[in-house]
Amino acid sequence: MSELTKLTIGAARDALRRGEVTSAELTEACLGAIEGADALGAFAHKTPERARGMAAAADLRLKAGDAPDLCGIPMGIKDLFCTRGVESQAASRILGGFKPEYESTVTSQLFEAGAVMLGKLNMDEFAMGSSNETSAYGNAVNPWRRGSDDTALTPGGSSGGSAAAVSADLCLAATGTDTGGSIRQPAAFTGITGLKPTYGRCSRWGIIAFASSLDQAGPMTKDVRDAAILLRAMAGHDPKDSTSADLAVPDFEAMLTGDIRGKTIGIPREYRMDGMPEEIEALWAEGRKMLEDAGAKVVDISLPHTKYALPTYYVIAPAEASSNLARYDGVRYGHRATLAQGDGIVDMYEKTRAEGFGPEVQRRVMVGTYVLSAGFYDAYYNRARKVRTLIKKDFEDAFDQGVDAILTPATPSAAFPLGAMEEADPVQMYLNDVFTVTVNLAGLPGISVPAGQDRDGLPLGLQLIGRPWEEGDLLNVASSLERAAGIVAKPDRWW
Amino acid sequence: MTAIDTATAARVAKLARIRVDDDALPALAQEFGAILGFIEQLQEVDVEGVEPMVSVTPMRLKRRDDVVTDGGMAETVLSNAPDAREGFFAVPKVVE
Repeated sequence: MSELTKLTIGAARDALRRGEVTSAELTEACLGAIEGADALGAFAHKTPERARGMAAAADLRLKAGDAPDLCGIPMGIKDLFCTRGVESQAASRILGGFKPEYESTVTSQLFEAGAVMLGKLNMDEFAMGSSNETSAYGNAVNPWRRGSDDTALTPGGSSGGSAAAVSADLCLAATGTDTGGSIRQPAAFTGITGLKPTYGRCSRWGIIAFASSLDQAGPMTKDVRDAAILLRAMAGHDPKDSTSADLAVPDFEAMLTGDIRGKTIGIPREYRMDGMPEEIEALWAEGRKMLEDAGAKVVDISLPHTKYALPTYYVIAPAEASSNLARYDGVRYGHRATLAQGDGIVDMYEKTRAEGFGPEVQRRVMVGTYVLSAGFYDAYYNRARKVRTLIKKDFEDAFDQGVDAILTPATPSAAFPLGAMEEADPVQMYLNDVFTVTVNLAGLPGISVPAGQDRDGLPLGLQLIGRPWEEGDLLNVASSLERAAGIVAKPDRWW
Repeated sequence: MTAIDTATAARVAKLARIRVDDDALPALAQEFGAILGFIEQLQEVDVEGVEPMVSVTPMRLKRRDDVVTDGGMAETVLSNAPDAREGFFAVPKVVE
């Protein structure tokens, strides 16, 4: 594999501007790496011709001296983003063959900045999953293995393809989306950096909706600096998304001073779960020490409603999904079932949705339908919205006490084998999001940073949670943690 | 575990417009039961006087003038339809 694909955005940007490399060369290197990596299942749709065209255009801009940070940077785009003229099907059969006539706001911004799209990345169907095993494209596979054991591991989910592609150096960076942990958990499982911004920071327009009050797009990158660079390009107000924030987007990269002296970091006692593996506990303690050594003040805090976050999420997310996914009816786009003689329109809806949605999506749509149905709306949906208010208040109280950021483990374990959860009930899989889902419910920014390895050499991540709209400060604390952890390990190429 | 019977599972599937074969209903009911049992924990939280969350970020939704901002692209809108005829989405007969 070419060394070029291993570059960070920051290093590639500087080399491009100095004329030491061209976008065409970077793009060819990535396309070559992608060609040799089908075993990872990361790219669901490859767009090499488009990539070459975009690279040529970027090289002209670079020559002309008009080069935003992302100009000429080859990236992968999660399949959840609508990209004009390119398959965008949320890894679902029900959107088979769908080629949007429009471009999502986030990808428009990236392409206007000169980013090069290499293709669309695998994911869990409609972003519902924590292992990338619900995809209509088949599994994405983690580039990491347990030492010499060749058991295929999950890259996490739902942004599993994005995580695998960045970790395996198939692209310089990728977009992800995060509804309950779908950027941060796969980032932790593959040893990369993943940031979920504050709700409203990035426009959701043109991103296929799962749970609209929780969904947020964000960067998945090789380091914290790249997350800062990419977030700036993805973020910003968009009149087409009424929940996008009309706030200035700061230069996040310029805020990476690495100086966190005087910052207060909270350690929430409720995140110490029964049965948490010792390695995760040890990693968390180590992270605490790293931040202390860097001059931060570390305090114990309480987020009393933490244990109710997952059940709250599994009311609100399915409820919103059942509403959002009602649009897939076989009329306007995507799959329509073949009908029998005499079938009416309801048969068409029911058969289309039974054929088009996979089991996990069907399950969540039906659970959402149930909690919103007459007689249960108050007991489930309204109650969950009230508990959500309490969960958010827990964080507000902590921030009011002067806490600048909160440190937690990113996941309750390292990456697990593909297929390992097949026999488990759905709730077991949901537990993967135990440390991340609170952040979506409270609308806060959260970042997963590679911080250690387990006994088999698999990557482990720590999560930092920040105040709303203060991604710059959060990234700065993350960069301090990144430097102290000093993780340089990469997966050995087997694919 | 919260018990969900197959009749309830069938009713929910119907509401969600997802065809579920009769022989798949018992397993579906069991899965619902597991998930709803998990959700049941929320009943123990004291939510007296707590407002249900409407918006996670305290912001007023933007308003704009009620005018046409886009349109005039029927062909584009229909381009991904499984069945489109003469400028319309085509579906099975709805009215007898």
